[in-house]
Amino acid sequence: MVKYDKVMAETVFFPGANGDVIEGYFARPLGPGPYGSVVVIHHMPGYDQGTKEIARKFAANGYLALLLNLYYREAPDAEPDDASAAARAQGGVPDERLVGDVDGASKFLKLQANSNSKVGVIGYCSGGRQSFLAACSLKLDAAVDCYGAFVVADPPEGAPLKVKSLMGMASNLSAPLLGLFGKEDSYPSPDEVKVLDDELTKLGKDHEFHIYEGAGHAFFATDRPSYRVDAATDGWQKIWAFYGKHLS
Amino acid sequence: MCTYITHKVDVEGSAKGGSGWFQTNEASVYLDHPVHAPYAHSLNIDFLNQTMGPSFRVAVELNPKDAVRLAHAILETVEEFNDLVEQ
Repeated sequence: MVKYDKVMAETVFFPGANGDVIEGYFARPLGPGPYGSVVVIHHMPGYDQGTKEIARKFAANGYLALLLNLYYREAPDAEPDDASAAARAQGGVPDERLVGDVDGASKFLKLQANSNSKVGVIGYCSGGRQSFLAACSLKLDAAVDCYGAFVVADPPEGAPLKVKSLMGMASNLSAPLLGLFGKEDSYPSPDEVKVLDDELTKLGKDHEFHIYEGAGHAFFATDRPSYRVDAATDGWQKIWAFYGKHLS
Repeated sequence: MCTYITHKVDVEGSAKGGSGWFQTNEASVYLDHPVHAPYAHSLNIDFLNQTMGPSFRVAVELNPKDAVRLAHAILETVEEFNDLVEQ
């Protein structure tokens, strides 16, 4: 018998930080479930087609996925690259707002009739740091950090981002953490990844880190020259195993 | 890598975007992943007017080596007309 595998993906609006209504892209299987949920945090270049494709991939693999448009307030009707440029010029997304937005997305997902009430988070690039931030600020069930920089170190001098290192929050990590990194990345460097790894071990936090040879930053991005098929394929397998364990 | 390093410059001038000419009052210069150019990293320049909105933007993504040549060309051109530039 063929397994029922219908999925739906569409733009939705829901309350984020401060009750602001923000945009999201909600992809989910249409079966009865119950399914685990994933909040998807886009990379620095924004709420783009590549990240929507990732949300659909989660849906096709049996998860309710909600991709946040973190730049909706600055640029509600703009193209993703224009919205990203506007957010960059304004110093990026404030941490407090990010946490409120992920909290709103988590509540939205838990309200779905076919949700099992377990929610994980995943983020790419700047979203990797934000995934860690969310898991240190909210009660979540699993977190995945894909090459997030500035968890260990502050941004370099001259960077416009109004964010700081998150090492002081590591003791608040509320969920198991899967970290996927490239050995040739500089932001974060393998040395920074090791510092975080050691700190989480010292704190007794459940975590699993993988650093891929031959991969740099953004190795999951299929539409960019940084895409590395071996790292991305193995990374997806690690994600399915990790979420399968913690969100089912 | 995402370098995040961005140099912002206040500018006075005009730029021509998808909706025609507009006044630009800010330029952002940064080295990062391009949206369109076929490189892992590019030197990006955005001419913006944040008051008018995010879509009022002219963006270029250049091979970093070409960006250096462009910068030299700007400086050499300006030097030739120093009297005008100082006005």
